[in-house]
Amino acid sequence: MSAPVAVSERALAKTAGHISRRAIWSRIVIGACYAAGALVILPLALIVWHLIAKGLPALSLSFFVNMPKPVGELGGGMANAIVGTLILVGLGALFAVPVGVGAGVYLSEFGRGRFSATVRYTADLLGGVPSIVVGVAAYGLVVIPMGGFSALAGGVALGILMLPTIIRSTEEVVRLVPQSYREAALALGAPRWKVTQQVVIPAARAGIVTASMLAIARAAGETAPLLFTALGNRFWSTGLDKPIASLPVTVFDYARAPYDDWNRQAWTGALVLVMIVTVISAVLRLTVKRVIPR
Amino acid sequence: MKAARITADGVYRGALGGAATLVFFVVALIVFETTRGAALSLQKFGLGFLGGTVWDPVAEKFGALPYIYGTLVSSTLALLLAVPLGIGTAVYLAEIAQRRVGAVVSFVIELLAAIPSIVYGIWGFFVLAPWLRHTIEPWLIANFGFLPLFRGYPFGIGMLNAGIVLAIMVVPTIVSISREVLLATPRSLREAALALGATPAEAIGVALGAARPGILGSVILALGRALGETMAVTMVIGNTNRISASILDPGATMASIIANEFTEATSPTYISALIEIALVLFAITIVVNALARLLVLWATGGRRASALA
Repeated sequence: MSAPVAVSERALAKTAGHISRRAIWSRIVIGACYAAGALVILPLALIVWHLIAKGLPALSLSFFVNMPKPVGELGGGMANAIVGTLILVGLGALFAVPVGVGAGVYLSEFGRGRFSATVRYTADLLGGVPSIVVGVAAYGLVVIPMGGFSALAGGVALGILMLPTIIRSTEEVVRLVPQSYREAALALGAPRWKVTQQVVIPAARAGIVTASMLAIARAAGETAPLLFTALGNRFWSTGLDKPIASLPVTVFDYARAPYDDWNRQAWTGALVLVMIVTVISAVLRLTVKRVIPR
Repeated sequence: MKAARITADGVYRGALGGAATLVFFVVALIVFETTRGAALSLQKFGLGFLGGTVWDPVAEKFGALPYIYGTLVSSTLALLLAVPLGIGTAVYLAEIAQRRVGAVVSFVIELLAAIPSIVYGIWGFFVLAPWLRHTIEPWLIANFGFLPLFRGYPFGIGMLNAGIVLAIMVVPTIVSISREVLLATPRSLREAALALGATPAEAIGVALGAARPGILGSVILALGRALGETMAVTMVIGNTNRISASILDPGATMASIIANEFTEATSPTYISALIEIALVLFAITIVVNALARLLVLWATGGRRASALA
């Protein structure tokens, strides 16, 4: 099936004995739309190409398992940053997944009234808050009371960023559970909470996991909220009350450093980051089709 | 009489509702923390903070105008580039391309929207900046240098670079929502236009007219993203505190000044001034997003339940 406009374009080409100004103008407009599409894809393709061309050469096992070397020594890896990112993202998920899934299920199963509409709208607004502002809030909330930068503060910031995505996508996937499941369970005499907990949620489990993973993958790429919460660390650290390295912040520092070797590693770090984020997103989107709003 | 009984259903619903209520709590927390952190600066500089152009940590004098200006200019540039391209692409995907091609291309574009902003920053800094410095900006200066807009020195980094990188970053938002809004308009609109003898482009114009509120919503949503975008801009804008008419000159945005100076800020007033910038940015993006989401919801008739970018 193709759009009516495309069909008509072909018909126009066939019947046009003499071509009017309007028809020429139409061709120009349609051509401009093709050009716009190409111009949008081009920079995105260029970014991916440069990322691979500049990042791949330094990508090796050593990058994943070694620590950063002191300035001046070549080589080394970002093992601490990769582990740090996993810890930070895990901390964020620990807070955001239960709350987000709970809220999402509520909106889907009980969300009819004004309260739910307000929750939805607020969640969308929270999703639009710049991540740097969330970082500032986490600074005031965690860093100041704890007296210093910490992994915990970074985790809180990432959790806040994950929350709106998890809520809205969970609601979306739970809604996809056929109404007949609920009706059948209710007809068998099950109370609402059992219907939700034992029928609806298990039926939507794959979708809920996908929704959460997508949000987590997104958060793994965030840099701004970590700058003054988790800070960064050149050394191995897994303590939750201490500054911790993360892949995005390390990439940022390495990219700004005046050393060629660090710049090269920044590209490799960026490549690894993109692989983590997009591979997870792509696989999830393709395996569990039509479960995520976008 | 109906007694307040505690039932299993009530408890379950209450627990889930409690989780939903936490959303308000989180937003309130952000408001509270940024306001509390900015209190010192608010008290010291008052409204003059927004109009002040001096940013001197040593003398403890702070004004946010250059950063507000930089944010507005870089975002405007981004929209000038992204809006025509984004709408053109959305029209291509929704009206011209075969459904399957359209679906594949939109999938790729949305996937690319998931690329972390630091990656765009690195690309802008190492790839785009040298190209602008050696090719584009000298050409602009030679041919359009008589305009204040293109006066100056080809730095490579600056407002122009930030605008281009931001445009690349926000264009997927415009494309995917505009495409969806266009697909939501009735097919009969085009068919009626074509039956009346309209050319294909004129039929598309009719569909675009019907989709206008939703497309406007996508543009405002993209604006919200551009205003708050931090890392990519921080890497390519140059971070200098000045207001210049030329888009070739370096500048700074509200987000980039926070990212750049927060950890270096030593005095309480300095930190408070940076937090006040975060508060201003927060207020601006909330207003912009609230507007955009209302428009998108209205235009899609609630079909696109979530407008998360």
